[in-house]
Amino acid sequence: MTTIDTHASAAPASADAGRSLATIAAWVTTTDHKRLGRMYIAVALLAMVAVGAIAVILGIERSDTGTAFIDAGALSQLFSAYRVGLTFCVLVPLMVGIALAVVPLQVGARAVAFPRLAAAGFWSWALGTDLVILSIALNGGPGGGEPRMVGMFLSAHILLVLGLLATAVSIATTILTTRAPGMNMRRVPLFSFSVLISMLGLIIALPVLIGALIYNYVDYRYGRAGFGGNQAILGWVGYAFTQPLTAVYALPVFGFAAETIAVASRKRMPMRGVVFAGFGLIGVASFGGVIQSAAGVPRNIVDVSLGSALNDILPFALFNLLPVLGAFVVLAIGGLALSSGRPRITAPFLFGFFGAGLVFVGIFANAVYQIGDARVTGTVFEEASWLYVAYGSVLSGLGAIAYWGPKLTGRIMPMKQTVPLALLGALGVVLSSLPYIVAGFAKQPAGVVEFDYSGPQALWNMLSTAGHALMVLTVVAFVGLALRSFTKGDMAGDDPFDAHTLEWATVSPAPEANFSEVFVVMSAEPLLDLKPATAGSSV
Amino acid sequence: MLALPAAPAPAARRQIFVGTALACVAAAMLIGGMLALWMRLRTDSLAAVGTWMPKGVSVPEVATNVMLMAFLPICIFAQWAVYSARRDDRAHTGVALFLVALLGLAVVNAQAFVYATMQVPARSGAFNTMFYALTGTFIALVVIGMVFSVVTAFRYLGGRTSDREIVSAHAMYWYFLSAAFTALWLVVYVTK
Repeated sequence: MTTIDTHASAAPASADAGRSLATIAAWVTTTDHKRLGRMYIAVALLAMVAVGAIAVILGIERSDTGTAFIDAGALSQLFSAYRVGLTFCVLVPLMVGIALAVVPLQVGARAVAFPRLAAAGFWSWALGTDLVILSIALNGGPGGGEPRMVGMFLSAHILLVLGLLATAVSIATTILTTRAPGMNMRRVPLFSFSVLISMLGLIIALPVLIGALIYNYVDYRYGRAGFGGNQAILGWVGYAFTQPLTAVYALPVFGFAAETIAVASRKRMPMRGVVFAGFGLIGVASFGGVIQSAAGVPRNIVDVSLGSALNDILPFALFNLLPVLGAFVVLAIGGLALSSGRPRITAPFLFGFFGAGLVFVGIFANAVYQIGDARVTGTVFEEASWLYVAYGSVLSGLGAIAYWGPKLTGRIMPMKQTVPLALLGALGVVLSSLPYIVAGFAKQPAGVVEFDYSGPQALWNMLSTAGHALMVLTVVAFVGLALRSFTKGDMAGDDPFDAHTLEWATVSPAPEANFSEVFVVMSAEPLLDLKPATAGSSV
Repeated sequence: MLALPAAPAPAARRQIFVGTALACVAAAMLIGGMLALWMRLRTDSLAAVGTWMPKGVSVPEVATNVMLMAFLPICIFAQWAVYSARRDDRAHTGVALFLVALLGLAVVNAQAFVYATMQVPARSGAFNTMFYALTGTFIALVVIGMVFSVVTAFRYLGGRTSDREIVSAHAMYWYFLSAAFTALWLVVYVTK
């Protein structure tokens, strides 16, 4: 007699489905900062691939002098998607996501402050991002021809920024109120301090953007009498997608570089107070984005009237030179730390080092762009400086994933396969940005407009397009490697990089409550105190 | 795992208060930015056509002044709630929080009266749309304040009487709203 038990396989299948549903529900309803941070990072990297593809399409349009590759009406929308997407769907959420995942661990907290606010922030941002993309795809966005979609773009953008703002408040409150016993502000890890300055910058700058978006939405919906309708949207809110404000978004890049430099050199970071001051100087740019009076297409919303000479020099010096000085100070002290020993080269170190260096180039290029005598106003030079900052931050973000991934997943990425990606990414950033510096001096206008792209211009645009493609390739390859490594790779120890800060004192992967017990912190590098052959004095 | 010295769980460091302070900074930047844009477009309009407020529209000054004056007792009642909470006086804390929410509702009502009296058509100029956007945003912040009052009252009266920090944070939020409305009143209703 043959017996066929049909229930035997059905039961495990339903159990599997139930487990999958439970897993999805757990992720959707989570308030664990590590999961929320990972979701931010995942969506931002997905958006990076999409935005990179748009950049490649725009690059081909600018390289092809013979035929129009894209319909003229769609060009301005694609260009908006490129600017808005790379800034608010990639750069800011990537930095915020990494900060959300790592900062509570670094400061010794068991959870992020206001975890439900952080979760609401993520879902608002994710929903806003989806609606922004949808509105642009359906002929909305700046310059769009479908009124309802233009309105949806504006309202979705408000939602997106509100989400980022909510998460920024949550992260900043965590650093200010939930530090481990003994961790005063001078002992806060370098990355966390840079995140604090960056989040405070977002709290200062993003509400002004929300105000401008509300005005634009109401004006667009009722009459279009004051703000110029859909063609002028970027003029009113463009300051949020351009420098110097993007330097504030990218500030954690310098914190990550300082952190990995100290770990690589196996020494305490010298002159921590000066490094903190450097972060603060970069943070000054958050005011600059709002009140700076500068020429160029992205118009700043409030002018400062201080008299002609002061009006020219003071805002320039405050909001463009101070961030350059701050970034230089951080990198110079990092160089000092590296030169005093034999650094241990790891993939996160390389990503962080290249990322911070390239962001510095971008901030410096922006200072050059603001000088009238450089005669690059209104050219793609501005796009180049912004790309250095945005793509440099993405590169640094990949390094942060490789560095803190073991603490979040319990597994480590293979360094031999990750290091070439750092080099490939750095090449991609330089290739996508540097040609536009040259093209800017050759007077190629900003955006994608009627222009003779033949001759040397075609070469610059082709090189830049190849750079964008390389960046997409780097991100795709990195994500593939990370997915494989973090699911099936080698197990990581609790402290695989021989690091200095508190997050490495807990097990890998960190449990939901982060730490099994509360630690007393006696210096800025609590783990280094426990290791032999430490150098330098503690704070 | 490295062994750092263990410690007892740290005392709370005024998390709600700090979070509310950061939210107040954000809201101040929102209203400040909107007022700055208002002044900029007003200056442009005066230079171009010599007028800003549409002809035939007048501000009901009594109502707007009453709105401003309402914020004084709001601040007093909010501080009364803090004072009572520190003394574990649940009854007075509850009454003070209720009065704050009630006066918040009165401010919303007065704004509705201002809209009805001014009769500014939404579709006919920069002043019109900006007026509704700016005052509407402020009223949204007032409604958030009312919700804050209700939540604070429920938490406190529900038995969490040791949770005095939220009462202080609540008072700070209403102080911020008072300052914000003073600026808005001066720019929108007085300077015109």
